[in-house]
Amino acid sequence: MISLTIPIPKRPTHPTGIWNWLTTIDHKRIGILYGVTAFILFLTGGIEALYMRAQLATPEAEIVSPEVFNQLFTMHGTTMIFLAIMPMGTAFFNYIIPLQIGARDVAFPRLNAFSYWTFLAGAIMLKSSWFLGGAPNAGWFGYAPITGVPYNPGHGIDFWILSLQILGIASLAAAFNFVVTIINMRAPGMSLMRMPLFTWMTFVTSLLLILAFPVITVALIELMFDRFYGANFFVPAAGASPLLWQHLFWIFGHPEVYILILPAMGIISEIIPTFSKKPLFGYPVVVLSGVVIAFMGWMVWSHHMFTVGLGPVANSVFALTTMAIAVPTGVKIFSWMGTMWRGSIHFSTAMLFSVGFVALFIIGGLSGVMHSSAASDAQQQDTYFIVAHLHYVLFGGSIMALLAAVYYWFPKITGRLMSESIGKINFWLTFIAMNLTFFPMHFTGLDGMPRRIYTYGTEMGWDLWNAVASMGAFLLAASILVFMHNVVRSYRKGEISGSDPWDGRTLEWSISSPPPEYNFAEIPVVETRDPFWAQKRDSVATARVGGGSGEGEHDIHMPQPSYWPLVVSIGLLIGGYGLIYNVAVAVVGGAIALIAVYAWSFEPVNEPEEH
Amino acid sequence: MLEAGADPHGENSEHTTTGLNHRKLLMWAFLGSDCMFFGTLIGTYLVSKGRSLVGPYAVDVFDIPVTSVSTFVLLMSSMSMVLAYAALTRGSLKGFRIWIASTAIMGMTFLSFQVFEFYEFANHEVHFKCSTPISDLTEHERTFIDKCAGQDASHEVEEQHGLTPRTNLFGTTFFVLTGFHGAHVTLGVVWLLSLLFYSFRGGVTAKRNLDVDLAALYWHFVDVVWIVIFTVVYLFGVFPGF
Amino acid sequence: MNLITKDPKAQSDTAHTGHPTPLTYFKIALILSITTAIEVGVFYIEWLGHGIIPVLVILSGLKFGLVALFYMHLKYDSPLFSWFFFGGLALATSVFIAVLGLFKFFVAQ
Repeated sequence: MISLTIPIPKRPTHPTGIWNWLTTIDHKRIGILYGVTAFILFLTGGIEALYMRAQLATPEAEIVSPEVFNQLFTMHGTTMIFLAIMPMGTAFFNYIIPLQIGARDVAFPRLNAFSYWTFLAGAIMLKSSWFLGGAPNAGWFGYAPITGVPYNPGHGIDFWILSLQILGIASLAAAFNFVVTIINMRAPGMSLMRMPLFTWMTFVTSLLLILAFPVITVALIELMFDRFYGANFFVPAAGASPLLWQHLFWIFGHPEVYILILPAMGIISEIIPTFSKKPLFGYPVVVLSGVVIAFMGWMVWSHHMFTVGLGPVANSVFALTTMAIAVPTGVKIFSWMGTMWRGSIHFSTAMLFSVGFVALFIIGGLSGVMHSSAASDAQQQDTYFIVAHLHYVLFGGSIMALLAAVYYWFPKITGRLMSESIGKINFWLTFIAMNLTFFPMHFTGLDGMPRRIYTYGTEMGWDLWNAVASMGAFLLAASILVFMHNVVRSYRKGEISGSDPWDGRTLEWSISSPPPEYNFAEIPVVETRDPFWAQKRDSVATARVGGGSGEGEHDIHMPQPSYWPLVVSIGLLIGGYGLIYNVAVAVVGGAIALIAVYAWSFEPVNEPEEH
Repeated sequence: MLEAGADPHGENSEHTTTGLNHRKLLMWAFLGSDCMFFGTLIGTYLVSKGRSLVGPYAVDVFDIPVTSVSTFVLLMSSMSMVLAYAALTRGSLKGFRIWIASTAIMGMTFLSFQVFEFYEFANHEVHFKCSTPISDLTEHERTFIDKCAGQDASHEVEEQHGLTPRTNLFGTTFFVLTGFHGAHVTLGVVWLLSLLFYSFRGGVTAKRNLDVDLAALYWHFVDVVWIVIFTVVYLFGVFPGF
Repeated sequence: MNLITKDPKAQSDTAHTGHPTPLTYFKIALILSITTAIEVGVFYIEWLGHGIIPVLVILSGLKFGLVALFYMHLKYDSPLFSWFFFGGLALATSVFIAVLGLFKFFVAQ
């Protein structure tokens, strides 16, 4: 009980400058931290991709060595999934969810801060591997036994294991937080079937996360025991089946791809109704489809393994369940189109990105249905056709939706509108470059070009389409530069947006932009779906946003900032490096984390304020 | 022991949408998640079962009567835990302290059994008389039968062949599964002792019983996981032909 | 959906008015002990053969259920808690039974 005898430093009451950000537990600030960090990491993942595209632009190029190429595709995949798309989604969960449900913060603000700092720790750890003897090189799925010490003696895989563990802790902390927040902190009257779609999809995503991440956690622990302590989990020479890794990985991995796409679907389901001036077509069905997609996501993992020889029965079962997922996905697409049908559509940049999402996601979905057939997949497995598919759903899907979300919520977050004229350039450049990059991969893939090769001979006949794809990739980078320019420019001197620039439907638009620290001076009372819209149209006589608790602004007590989430995360980071280099350091890291957890537990919610 | 920071009035669950406490909801979500954690470990154990290429195997090392005793102790610690919580809600701080202390002691007893067991396994000895009919020998013991060549029937083969995570696939999966369960128990014991000390500082009262409630849920969960492990790993482990 | 949005007045974490008495907890402990004794005992009955597997699965399932329902108060608490817990449990069980099936675990050697 060390913590009971040592004096616990007081909670910082009014930190300023950098401490303000280091100790913040405000969901909005954490959301911004998440977003900015994830975007920077997205750029690093993009640079890794550009290296690969430069290498593949011409046959037999020698820009990077095969060894570096292996590290590049591993880091690109791992970065984009765990350090870019997931945390960018989490950024919007953080900023938007409490506003959409009419809450003043999340259920566990300090846990939220801990989630961010731990994510940062994991990101630092993974990215630092480039400078510490080589990055991981076994693909983002790290198939056994290539991750075993005999085949991979360096530290790359160790970095991959431990950083993914740390990132897993961060993701789990966020997911638990949002599950509790969404169940327990909705404004009075906001029943489940009145929740905005983005809130719904965040809820479903968080449930998937808390159920899927333990599986990869255990798989990584097992791999760690194999590598660090000479255990035999995935060692064929000891009788183990390396196939077990593939099963564990994809039991996690398939829900994971829905963790990446469901928030995007939620974003789209907010933007399309707003700019069509119509309620979402078939709201209950869209909600149900999201839930069904998440549930069925647990029944399809072996479609990533059609070619390992599971036998015709297993292959058929997994082919059928996979095809079945196309049904709820198709329902959603029809709902979005039904929402636009006869709506008075305003093609703002956010709407353009959303419609772009629908179009590109359909293409990605169709190629997905193509390889849901085991026989067809046998031709496509490990070719560029798969690369084309996954980029249509992850770039054309998730990233397009996240860009739409930035254009949509930027005014709420900063109080300023993003430039629509630059936005249009941004969209068309992204849309064209995206297709230029990834569509040719369908051709090279069907022509037999394998994934993950660092070069190819000109006699293969893949020169043209690889050159086109590489050109597209650099154009895509240019479009991201346009986006960055727009963000920076608009942040400095964008038009003042006011609280409700889009004629919004949900509660976040009912408060000022940017929102005050406590979000809602009075907790709103919700009596319908799209409550703010209903209030503005006065279609529900008693609809009112505001009213309720009757507290004055000066009565609102927000919990104070805290040092401890940051300290626990630092402890985890030190522990992570310690496990690789020196056990004593790991013990120190663990001790720091443990002491900080005690200090955190016994910290009062509020220090008495001095008046 | 996370706090619901957004609710500055502490544990007032009246202010939540469902009327349920944030932290309790978090705890149950965590336990649902932890089911997947142990599910994966047990799944790995079962997939790897029967794939080890060398001994010793489960039948060689397991001592069911000993493990039955430690299982019984852990089960009883669950009863003791629920009584600690019941005593606290009744307002008996003394009863709470007695029961939670006994829970922690039983938890430590269980851990001692586990340490003993791991030690025994790591120093396992193959030991049989050459007169033993071959059908009574385990598969592992049979690999030593050539040591009896040229010896008379009363000769005893005695050799140390310990089981560690490195020995074979069974060792790997067994030690990591039960080791992680043991780590859960250890964390639970630390948690219970923290609450016991905290109660002397006035932190635990009949009204502020949520901390104990959550620790109890965790403790019972660790217990039910062991119920599964005892059956699936231990009892099925020595069952012939399974 | 009504499972989640409950009447706030019906739930209170501190009241626990519906919780059983220590006597019930003792009775549960007794059943748990006897069941464990039976499990270990059944184990030595040789004529049961493979029949021991369902017997042990049922007995340990019984113990699991008793602890979850009574000691963890799921019988008396919000159904939402049960959804979280048994949802995770059911998912873990079904997914790994499927994995074992894929590894031909249930095919007699």
